[in-house]
Amino acid sequence: MRLAVASGKGGTGKSMVSANLAFTVSCTEPVTLVDCDVEEPNLHLFFPAPATTTDVTVPVPVVDKTLCDYCGRCEDACQYGAMTVLRDRILFFPELCHSCGGCTLVCPKGAIHEQPKRIGTIATSSPRHNLKLISGMLDTGDPHAVPIIKAVKEQAVKDPLVICDTAPGTSCPVVETLAGCDACILVTESTPFGLHDLQLAVDVADRLGVPAGIVINRSDGKDQATLEFCTDHDLEVMMTIPFDREIAAIQSRGNLLCRQKPEWQKAFFALFLKCSTLAGVHR
Amino acid sequence: MIRLAVISGKGGTGKTMITAALAQLLPESLVLADCDVDAANLELLLDPKLIYTEPFMGMKSAVIDPTLCVQCGECQEHCRFAAVERDVDAYRVIPLRCEGCAVCAYVCPATAIIMQPRQTGEIMYSETKRGHLVHARLVPGAGNSGLLVHAVKKMALEHDRDRDYFLIDGPPGTGCPLISTISGVDVVLIVTEPSISGLHDLKRVVAVCRQFRSRILVAVNRFDLDEALTDTIQQWCSEENIPLIGKIPFDPVVIESVRNGVPVTEAGASPAAQAIQILESKLEQELRHYRDQRE
Amino acid sequence: MKICITAQGATLDTTAEDRFGRAPYFIIVESENGSFEAIQNPYADGGGGVGPKAAQILIAHDIKALISGQVGGNAREVLVAAGIAMYTYRAGGSVKDALDQFTKNTLERSG
Repeated sequence: MRLAVASGKGGTGKSMVSANLAFTVSCTEPVTLVDCDVEEPNLHLFFPAPATTTDVTVPVPVVDKTLCDYCGRCEDACQYGAMTVLRDRILFFPELCHSCGGCTLVCPKGAIHEQPKRIGTIATSSPRHNLKLISGMLDTGDPHAVPIIKAVKEQAVKDPLVICDTAPGTSCPVVETLAGCDACILVTESTPFGLHDLQLAVDVADRLGVPAGIVINRSDGKDQATLEFCTDHDLEVMMTIPFDREIAAIQSRGNLLCRQKPEWQKAFFALFLKCSTLAGVHR
Repeated sequence: MIRLAVISGKGGTGKTMITAALAQLLPESLVLADCDVDAANLELLLDPKLIYTEPFMGMKSAVIDPTLCVQCGECQEHCRFAAVERDVDAYRVIPLRCEGCAVCAYVCPATAIIMQPRQTGEIMYSETKRGHLVHARLVPGAGNSGLLVHAVKKMALEHDRDRDYFLIDGPPGTGCPLISTISGVDVVLIVTEPSISGLHDLKRVVAVCRQFRSRILVAVNRFDLDEALTDTIQQWCSEENIPLIGKIPFDPVVIESVRNGVPVTEAGASPAAQAIQILESKLEQELRHYRDQRE
Repeated sequence: MKICITAQGATLDTTAEDRFGRAPYFIIVESENGSFEAIQNPYADGGGGVGPKAAQILIAHDIKALISGQVGGNAREVLVAAGIAMYTYRAGGSVKDALDQFTKNTLERSG
């Protein structure tokens, strides 16, 4: 089963939910936790452990100066402005390159071939028994989030139970993470911001055909607007976590609620069972 | 005009709430922009009245004409983004996956593929108590949020360039929309929170900001939820020569005011409102100093 | 020698623009006789990669010096490769003001 944990709004507590869910499930069966928030990964802060890292690369063009006659066809073909052809040299801007292979195809002299270029890393670790953590980290300033997300998901493709922590928002990295998942948990907070952004996230999950369930985090008991929205849209509120300074303090220090207060494991396990039902997986 | 962007690195630190409060407190004339186009919330606190909207066309997407398609499959073979699928009697591009590279159009032997702009969002120009607000909506899943941010900023600058300050509510993260937000901005205020993730993301976003020429300032929101971590952040800022100009306590009045659709500084005196007032006066000092330096 | 100043409008009185790649206009001044032309920047609202494309416009017009407020890394690389000198003007005044300061040698050279 592939489960994503997402939210429209940032800071609602996705990582807290993914981390605690993975911790709880790992008490009974093997689970892989994948950090797909590759711009700002933070699950490794909850599960510090020695990791093996591998580079993630994308193919980028390299021009053979002995064959190039500076005709400029590659510059014209590139939709992203990654190639600049001057009178006597070619400048290539890797952060603009989408690795589409277009320039390589159009060069009339066959002067361009592709070489791998690093855009980030994948770190894999086993912080505890039954738990594998795969974190994608995009090199700072590099805009290629999607290829790293593809790569970390690929690392977990053979694992039976996978939880993907998603970037906040609703753009390409989120779509890439949610695609192919059997269900997703949308974490929201009971504020107008949370609800506004929840609506966007529900829309994305819907477009991708991924069934969604809701977790309300930091609830102050005044969740009516959110509850109404969920009822209107046939969404189950699978768990509500109250706002509590102690819980907040545990989180901010990179500790796990389920580890510090084991009574919470029951709640997270119940959440896991609800996700399985949502995904249509019998347990 | 001085351009000020409020950003955060980590999401959910309270930058929108603080931007709305600053809009209410700054005495000068303003134009406002919400550049968090993936999840634009500033309007929830400013009660905007819509004046007009404009469609936003993202990058071009490939479109295959089924009447010309000879079903050779070259397009699918060359597409690196899994954006071409086989339909009943022609190939078809999946718009959500298309990155607009035009390779398929190049390799198609039947010239059946053209590149067409797609509407992927909408830009809104609205009136608020404190000045015009430019905000936008992106079709969920669409790319080019960076370009939409640029379009939002451009509209604000075109219509309201005579304002004293251009106040921007920025997006979280360090990707294209953030970079597009801080490009050409004079002062960047980073709102962080006292958590390990918050500090981690603060460092990352500062590294990105340093590639530009903006003045960097930091404020810590909900600082009393972990005072030791707040000290760590303060220490780091001091080592990095980054002024820490605000420390706002956790305050339930903030959520109440958000629910009522107003900035916390409009909801009476509260610890958070007071702390934001102090932040605002220090910010004004910084902005005046910046203006003096420029002239 | 031809000098380019990034501008918000098409005349010498308009405000100089800080950004290079997304400048609405490029004002090209011939330093010998003071004549000028204004070129609208076709890349001002384009997608990524506008810096190098804008630099190509300067190369095509045989510009020797650029006066602007902020030149991005990619554009800078192209301008350096093409031997175009860069000067910084961020005072928020007019194109004419930027030109005067350049002539008086009070602008900081940045590349």
